[in-house]
Amino acid sequence: MIKFDRKRYLRRRILNATVLSISVLNVAFALVFLFWILWTLFSHGFSYLNLSVFTKMTPPPGNAGGLLNAIAGSLYMVTVATLIGTPVGILAATYLAEFGKNGWLAPTTRFINDILLSAPSIVIGLFIYAIAVHSVGHFSGWAGALALSLIVIPVVVRTTENMLQLVPSSLREAAAALGAPQWKVVVMVVYRAARAGMLTGLLLAVARISGETAPLLFTALNNQFWNSDLNGPMSSLAVVIFQFAMSPYEDWQHLAWAGALLITLFVLGLNILARSLFRRGPTSS
Amino acid sequence: MPPLFFNHNYTTMPIFSQEASHKRQAMFDLLFRSLTRVCAFGVLALLAAIIVSLVDGSMPAIHAFGLGFLTSSDWDPVNDKFGALVPIIGTLITSGIALLIGIPVSFGIALFLTELSPRILRRPLGIAIELLAGIPSIIYGMWGLFVFAPFAADHIQPWINDNLGNLPLIGVVFQGPAMGIGMLTASFILAIMVIPFTSSVMRDVFEIVPPMLKESAYGLGATTWEVVRNIVLPYTKVGVVGGIMLGLGRALGETMAVTFVIGNAHELSASLLMPGNTISSALANEFTEAVGDIYTSSLITLGMTLFVITFVVLALAKLLLLRLSAREGKQT
Repeated sequence: MIKFDRKRYLRRRILNATVLSISVLNVAFALVFLFWILWTLFSHGFSYLNLSVFTKMTPPPGNAGGLLNAIAGSLYMVTVATLIGTPVGILAATYLAEFGKNGWLAPTTRFINDILLSAPSIVIGLFIYAIAVHSVGHFSGWAGALALSLIVIPVVVRTTENMLQLVPSSLREAAAALGAPQWKVVVMVVYRAARAGMLTGLLLAVARISGETAPLLFTALNNQFWNSDLNGPMSSLAVVIFQFAMSPYEDWQHLAWAGALLITLFVLGLNILARSLFRRGPTSS
Repeated sequence: MPPLFFNHNYTTMPIFSQEASHKRQAMFDLLFRSLTRVCAFGVLALLAAIIVSLVDGSMPAIHAFGLGFLTSSDWDPVNDKFGALVPIIGTLITSGIALLIGIPVSFGIALFLTELSPRILRRPLGIAIELLAGIPSIIYGMWGLFVFAPFAADHIQPWINDNLGNLPLIGVVFQGPAMGIGMLTASFILAIMVIPFTSSVMRDVFEIVPPMLKESAYGLGATTWEVVRNIVLPYTKVGVVGGIMLGLGRALGETMAVTFVIGNAHELSASLLMPGNTISSALANEFTEAVGDIYTSSLITLGMTLFVITFVVLALAKLLLLRLSAREGKQT
């Protein structure tokens, strides 16, 4: 018979309790920072958030103004980037999930795509600077949108492929057995079944690029005035926040807080919306 | 009514038009399939294009400085002398410290979410942690500059100076003015940004441990920690390392949050409390202001260095995670 070693038993219990309490503390640690950051944003941002933020242009230092041109610029570039990136991403994901079962292309693309997903966005900015700014000779909204679209693509590819994989093969087989050609099986059956999940991916991609600053710094640059022409330098909320927050002028910093609150509410709102959509879509495996 | 297959007139017509339609559909199929193929190929082409354009842009700097670029700590825009040593070291140190702080915390969070948390809390807590990843990095930067840096200067850095600054040998690392901004603050903010990525990978890989294995250990009387230590970790260690590498990849390339708080100084200093520089913050601060081919090209070479480092780290992360899922596939 093994003798019951009370001391050893106690030591194991104590070690276990210690590790588990540390683990609870770690969760608390992360939550503290989440709420600290959110609280900072609300307490600083709300007092400077008023109607003129949405109706006036970015001011020179020392003057009152708003963020209208920055908000509009962000909307322009995010929209264009999404319109370019989403179809490419969905089609590439379709290849990975539906057609690329054999051969080297699908696994290689999947691998590279996952790397691009986490690649530093500032390098994307450098790349677009080389092909769309340096060669043309001026900064432009198009370059900014293009840089953002290159960030959209990997996100959409990743989520869409995952969602397409979740669609049961029996659906595809049933459609094929009824005589539907392959493209119809994919477009009318598989896409439809994976709709909620694909939308989730799209929303997450929009959320991701809405807060991106680094790739815009040397592509769209900035613009103090109203500009709806994608051929010229264009301001964006993120770059204006960067410029204003780093400036020594107080009224600029106030506008930066208002913008920061706006951008965070938008991005976190999209994140939460995406998650609630996904919950009703195909369940994750 | 006569059986349908006797009615020749009724069947021949549709068959004829069906053939044309078959051909058309086959063509659509081919088109659609090629289109998806082109897009998938486009992702690869994108990577190739990025590499080519970075190499092309860095040529002037490489010609001017050669390999010495990587080991020189010069950064002198006036005399066109540039070296990457300071930003490279800054990038590695900040990311390294971020991981030192981030790994244990991520591990604790993953442990809590998989083994401890009541079922009801699991989802909301998981989402809350993931929201940390959703917050744009510029927000981390602003919060770091206006809230966390002053807080660190008042409460954390004096303590570090007093208690760690006197240690033999490594004390010098913790000595310095309590300015708030600097390498340590940047590392700490990076750690918070890395936590959601690392912890969600760890949680995912912990969840693939077969319940049978864990329950046998519990049945033998193991404590929760012993199960995690002796069953879960050995089973998932490849995935855990993969998650850490993924976090490292994120930390290395993070730009805006670091740019706000690191202080942008092209100087090597032994102290972590001093301002410093990373590759991405140097790019964000200087690229649009760089005049002259050599200056711009040096910055592009910095960018290429960053891309190469993160590429290797992320590829390694991905390979490790693939290895885990391959083993998982074999066992089920």
